[in-house]
Amino acid sequence: MNPTLHAILVFLQTWWVELTSGVVIVAVVPLVAGYVVLVERKLMADMQARLGPMRVGPHGLLQPIADAVKLLIKEDIIPDEADRLIFWLAPVISMTAALTSMGAIAFGPSFQVARDINIGILFVLGVSSLGFLGIILGGWASNSHYSIMGALRSTAQLVSYETAGGLAIIAGLLLSGTLSISGIVAAQEKYHVWFIFLAPVAAFIYLVASIAETNRAPFDLPEAESELVAGYMTEYSGFRWALYFLGEYANMIVVGSIATTLFLGGWLRPFPNVHWLNWLDFLPALIIALIGVYSIYRAGKQPVMVQTGFMWAVALACFAVALIFAMPWFVGTLKFVIPGLNGAFWFLLKVSAYIYVFMWLRFTLPRYRFDQLMHLGWYILIPLAIVNVFAVGVAMLLESNGVNRWLALILTTLVTLVFAILLVRWHDRRTESASTASLAPDSYAG
Amino acid sequence: MLDSILFYFFGGVAVIGAALMVTRRNAIHSAVFLITTLLATAGIFLQLGAEFLFIAQIILYVGGIMVLFIFVIMLVRLDVALHHIRFRMKSLVVTIVIAVLGAEAGAIIYYARKLPGQGLFIQNMAPASNLTPNSEKLAQSLFTNYLLPFEIASVLLLVAMVGAVVMAKNKKRTEDS
Repeated sequence: MNPTLHAILVFLQTWWVELTSGVVIVAVVPLVAGYVVLVERKLMADMQARLGPMRVGPHGLLQPIADAVKLLIKEDIIPDEADRLIFWLAPVISMTAALTSMGAIAFGPSFQVARDINIGILFVLGVSSLGFLGIILGGWASNSHYSIMGALRSTAQLVSYETAGGLAIIAGLLLSGTLSISGIVAAQEKYHVWFIFLAPVAAFIYLVASIAETNRAPFDLPEAESELVAGYMTEYSGFRWALYFLGEYANMIVVGSIATTLFLGGWLRPFPNVHWLNWLDFLPALIIALIGVYSIYRAGKQPVMVQTGFMWAVALACFAVALIFAMPWFVGTLKFVIPGLNGAFWFLLKVSAYIYVFMWLRFTLPRYRFDQLMHLGWYILIPLAIVNVFAVGVAMLLESNGVNRWLALILTTLVTLVFAILLVRWHDRRTESASTASLAPDSYAG
Repeated sequence: MLDSILFYFFGGVAVIGAALMVTRRNAIHSAVFLITTLLATAGIFLQLGAEFLFIAQIILYVGGIMVLFIFVIMLVRLDVALHHIRFRMKSLVVTIVIAVLGAEAGAIIYYARKLPGQGLFIQNMAPASNLTPNSEKLAQSLFTNYLLPFEIASVLLLVAMVGAVVMAKNKKRTEDS
């Protein structure tokens, strides 16, 4: 046989799982991001007592595709004064960083591209933080004041909150004792508890920091439309803008995955070690089937024949997926795929819950002012995160010296919380006295 | 074979990126090509199985230092300043620097041949999958064999950081008053 062809075949034989997973990530994530946008709009509508998108497809189910087509056929404008190379490069960097960092995330025990990498969580953190290069370069290349202000704000925000988020992650890593993603999940299985219960303060700090890192409300100052039009994206239109947008939503999925892996037990189902809850393994198939039944119920209420038909199609798709999930239970030879499928289901469910919290906060809280944002990051979150790392370390030390683990953790968490309260009170008093002393504007704001 | 393809790919990208970085007139373009070079070097680390070095390179250099570089270039508007300041080629200095660097590289290649084994290019090394996890190995050697240098380096960095903060604060106070 041709040696080159043979080499390629050997290569494919060795790496086909990883290659397929990579292709699936690149192909599916944009679609998922589109539907995350739809879910966000629907949730926003629900919380504001509206209906949200209803026209394109039943309940707006085809809206993401219509949006994508609109963005693709929009005119692509490059400003005259822009730096063409960087203007072209910046959105690509943003998107690539987000997609690449997904390579090391384990979406279940068997869906992971870079499986042997033993610094998985660092890889995800480091590569996803490269996305900010895209934002700064895009803001600079647009050669516009709004863009550059947005880019500067976003950099300042990134530098501040990445520190706090990284320290929060260190607290989780202290408990797991490894940097590998599957190792972290295995550690939570061994401890019989998710790390969010062992290190609640760290989980909370990571939640806040991850909202700030993904530039979402209430920390969406880089794109505050009342001040900066659209921040670093002001001069972008059409497909390039869509790339930024996809990068942002892919980043949300990435931080959600990090939090799920580190604090919410990864792909483990709730209570993985309790045997009388083993029926939870049937839950994925059941839930998807129930969604199908609900779609049939809704199908009768659609106003137009086409939409009724579409609803039936959705129901059938749900049943097909439910069948895939349920099949291995009846066919003995397929039993080995059960952990993989169920793991992916639980993992995605937890990521969705995390993203739901993101959206919930976005619709609930008003936007911060820039100096408030910086104060929150530097005066409160970072000291709290440092103290929390110490507290978790002390708790582990106490545990290894024979103190009950829960007692040690509750004590140290209480100490951290007292510290947090003192910190907030001290900071309030400081800002109060500062604001009464002088009403001069903060020169670092904006 | 895959290993050598990857090595030459990353090596080539690193060299081309470095050459472009030096020749670009626009400072931001230079920074972008420097990032390309750093990422390609990180790729070489990964191909050698040094995962921790790979990610440290990305997090520290690309994610930290280069972001600050670009930040500074953006704020200082170097492209405007460049119209006023021209880099003059001091040919004597350039010749000396090139000669010294060339002598250094030649010496390394010449003396490496006399090392035990086969010089710079070690054959029959252990496959990367047999290595213990890099991060743990690194931490162990840092906290056992090299504890004192490690602590000295961290104290030095701390002093530099505190010094930078103090200097920045003082400047602000004099501006205010």
